[in-house]
Amino acid sequence: MLAIEILGLEKIYTVGFWQKRAKVGVRALNLEVRQGELFGFLGPNGAGKTTTLKLLMGLVFPTAGAARIMGKDWRDPAIRARIGFLPEQPYFYDHLTPTELLHYYGTLSGVSAAERRECIPKLLERVGLAEHGRTQLRKFSKGMLQRVGIAQAVVHDPEVVFLDEPMSGLDPIGRREVRDFIESLSEQGKTVFFSTHILSDAEALCDRVAVLNKGELRGVGVVAELRARNRTRVEVVWQGKSAIPAIESMGAKSHSAGDVVRATLEADQLQAALDVLKQRHAKLISVNPVGGSLEEYFLEKLNEPSAVPQ
Amino acid sequence: MNRRSTALAAGIIVACVTGSFLALSRIHAVYPASPMDDVLFISSPEFVKKASLGYSGLLADIYWIRVVQYFGRKHLRDSKEYKALAPLLDITTTLDPNLVIAYEWGSTFLDQPPPSGAGDDAAAVELIRKGIRNNPNDWHLYFTLGFIQYLGQHDYIGAAQTFEDGSKVPNAHPWLKVMAAKMLSDAGNPETARYMWQNIYNESTDKNLKENAALHLACLVVDQEVPQLESLVAQFRRRAGRNPVSWRELSALGLRSIPRDPTGLPYVLRTDGTVVVADAKKLPFIHAGNPG
Amino acid sequence: MTYRLRAIAFNTFREAVRDRILYNLVFFALLLVATAPLLGQISIGVQRVLLINLSLTAISIFGIVISIFVGISLVSKEIEKRTLYPVLCRPVGRGEFIVGKYFGLAGTLFVNTAAMSAGFYMALLLMTHNFTRADANILLAIYFLLLQFLVIIGLALLFSSFSSPLLSALFALSMFVAGTFAMDLRTFAAMSQGPEKWLARAMSYIVPNLASLNVITRVAHDQIIPPALVAYNTLYAVLYAAATLAGAVIIFSRRDLK
Repeated sequence: MLAIEILGLEKIYTVGFWQKRAKVGVRALNLEVRQGELFGFLGPNGAGKTTTLKLLMGLVFPTAGAARIMGKDWRDPAIRARIGFLPEQPYFYDHLTPTELLHYYGTLSGVSAAERRECIPKLLERVGLAEHGRTQLRKFSKGMLQRVGIAQAVVHDPEVVFLDEPMSGLDPIGRREVRDFIESLSEQGKTVFFSTHILSDAEALCDRVAVLNKGELRGVGVVAELRARNRTRVEVVWQGKSAIPAIESMGAKSHSAGDVVRATLEADQLQAALDVLKQRHAKLISVNPVGGSLEEYFLEKLNEPSAVPQ
Repeated sequence: MNRRSTALAAGIIVACVTGSFLALSRIHAVYPASPMDDVLFISSPEFVKKASLGYSGLLADIYWIRVVQYFGRKHLRDSKEYKALAPLLDITTTLDPNLVIAYEWGSTFLDQPPPSGAGDDAAAVELIRKGIRNNPNDWHLYFTLGFIQYLGQHDYIGAAQTFEDGSKVPNAHPWLKVMAAKMLSDAGNPETARYMWQNIYNESTDKNLKENAALHLACLVVDQEVPQLESLVAQFRRRAGRNPVSWRELSALGLRSIPRDPTGLPYVLRTDGTVVVADAKKLPFIHAGNPG
Repeated sequence: MTYRLRAIAFNTFREAVRDRILYNLVFFALLLVATAPLLGQISIGVQRVLLINLSLTAISIFGIVISIFVGISLVSKEIEKRTLYPVLCRPVGRGEFIVGKYFGLAGTLFVNTAAMSAGFYMALLLMTHNFTRADANILLAIYFLLLQFLVIIGLALLFSSFSSPLLSALFALSMFVAGTFAMDLRTFAAMSQGPEKWLARAMSYIVPNLASLNVITRVAHDQIIPPALVAYNTLYAVLYAAATLAGAVIIFSRRDLK
């Protein structure tokens, strides 16, 4: 059984005064996510990532298509007790404390009072909010709200967790902590589906990724495989500007900062380049393989022409 | 903004505001102040009722307070005119047709001659009749109407009918029937008036009403005593061929002491032989013995 | 379902109570009631009537204001601020959500009204030094005010299920004002001809009949409220509120959330 199956889900908005113009939110999306996967949903701002998540959460109704979560129809209320959702830039009830909020959401998700009393303090500890359990949410910073958001997404121990831009608004320490948390979810065997426009996070965490642009799915791939592609180039870093013309004449582009120059070349040009540097008495600093990053794959997919007729 | 700039800005504000106030007071001096007392901004009772959005009871109470304040202010200044009184009362009683006190007191304010009231007994009668239409089972209203017809308009037939109608209301006071009968037989008799005021005094629980009734009774006493004193003076004139110059001269005719009015002040014996009260302001309802 | 409804209702109540706006209103209203005996001094003979009129009018106006403005924020604000998302992604139906919110706000108003009524009765006791049967009659007027609130909350939820907070407030206020003229619409219909007649008649049934739920002046003058009126007003208010609530549920269930 797949964790998530998106079957041609589509959302076309009608906008304008007479509701005549069509605006594409998501176009005919087909996607599968296996159980226990850590799946990244990538795309630039406005690509349709949040729309997709809202469709799956039942916050927005599709104009076509369907979806299944854990084998059940996505509109089935019973499924909702088994999934968790962190919205983008979450906002909660100003006058509640995180403890009260988690109890409230836990109740709505069917968690018993005894279970809630046991797990909520531990959960707050896990997201680093144990000291602020009784502070009203209106006093929380953006980062703290994000942690509350993560806590509420898992308070009922769901099997599938959907996160929309989970790192948004966090400082580097916060981001690290959230990354660790997501990894721990995956280690517990949960399926994690998270959308982001920050590629380094996806690269570090995900098993597979999908790329979305202007409402269309542009590609799906396994992260490890994507990184292994295109490893045919090298980056050479040296000291000594006199070598620049010779290196550039080989077709490479160079960038200098002070006396330090870096240039990217094809792997088969490396030996010739090293010879040039030696001739010019340049001081070699480093040689590193480059290419095959997720970023490259991402940009490639964005620039491909659309497969779907407009 | 540093401290100096803030102080400067504050100083400018104070100077400008003070200056503009002074200039405005000069402007006010150029334009004559128009009296606002008698102005009603919204004069249509129906409109006010519609605008009250169902809270007409409270608005009626507010208008009633306004009536009392208006009347009090005018009364203190011995005003001759109470132009806004009838319209204000009309609005009040349209907003709350069951505010009986507005009919009772309002008609009294309207009926009393200036400066005690507006001196408009037609308006008073209209107000009370409106009260009776809206509160047909309140005998006090019939009584008030009969009272105005009897003492204000001297319409004894009308008063008799009113007292008769009022006596038929359930729980009506028995003396309404008595008054109905007296109107037909004894209307001109001061004893009738005294009987009525005495009953009002005995029955009233309201301090103001009691005081008012006591005042009327006192004035009735003056209306009785002044003619008696003047007849003594006439007697003296027939004997002595001139008017007496002091009360002592009348001791021969049986006057034991200097006669005093119910307020305790001595009656004044004028050179022309008339007897007047010393302070008419304290006895506003007298018909006899009024100095001027 | 009931435990979720209870949770939503309770959370709504809690959020409303902790929002300081509510305290300020209640305090202000209690202040009004405290000054009523003073006002009696500047007029003749209307102390008790004035206290009743002032207190019940204050309860009514503040209740209506809370019903409209808090009622609208229950849905509209939640949509704008997206506090709704973490709720609706759980096993909570959209209808459950609306109904839970309704009962939460109704409960808040009940508590608010009870507090203000207690304040009123204390002021009355201070003034008259003992309670009479006529004073119990005033409870009927307060009960009718509660029925008014039930109707207005329903309308506020209905409007905010499809329009922005500002428009919802305008619609709800307009319905309130129109509702106070409900009887006049009937009279107008009786006096009119042709299409105007039918329009006025239709309007007099569509707008909530708030006029018949306002018996403040009558209880101030100790007039009897017929039991039949109590029964019919209750039935009317409950049915009207239920209809608006059902409308809100239907509209909200079909709505895309931004």
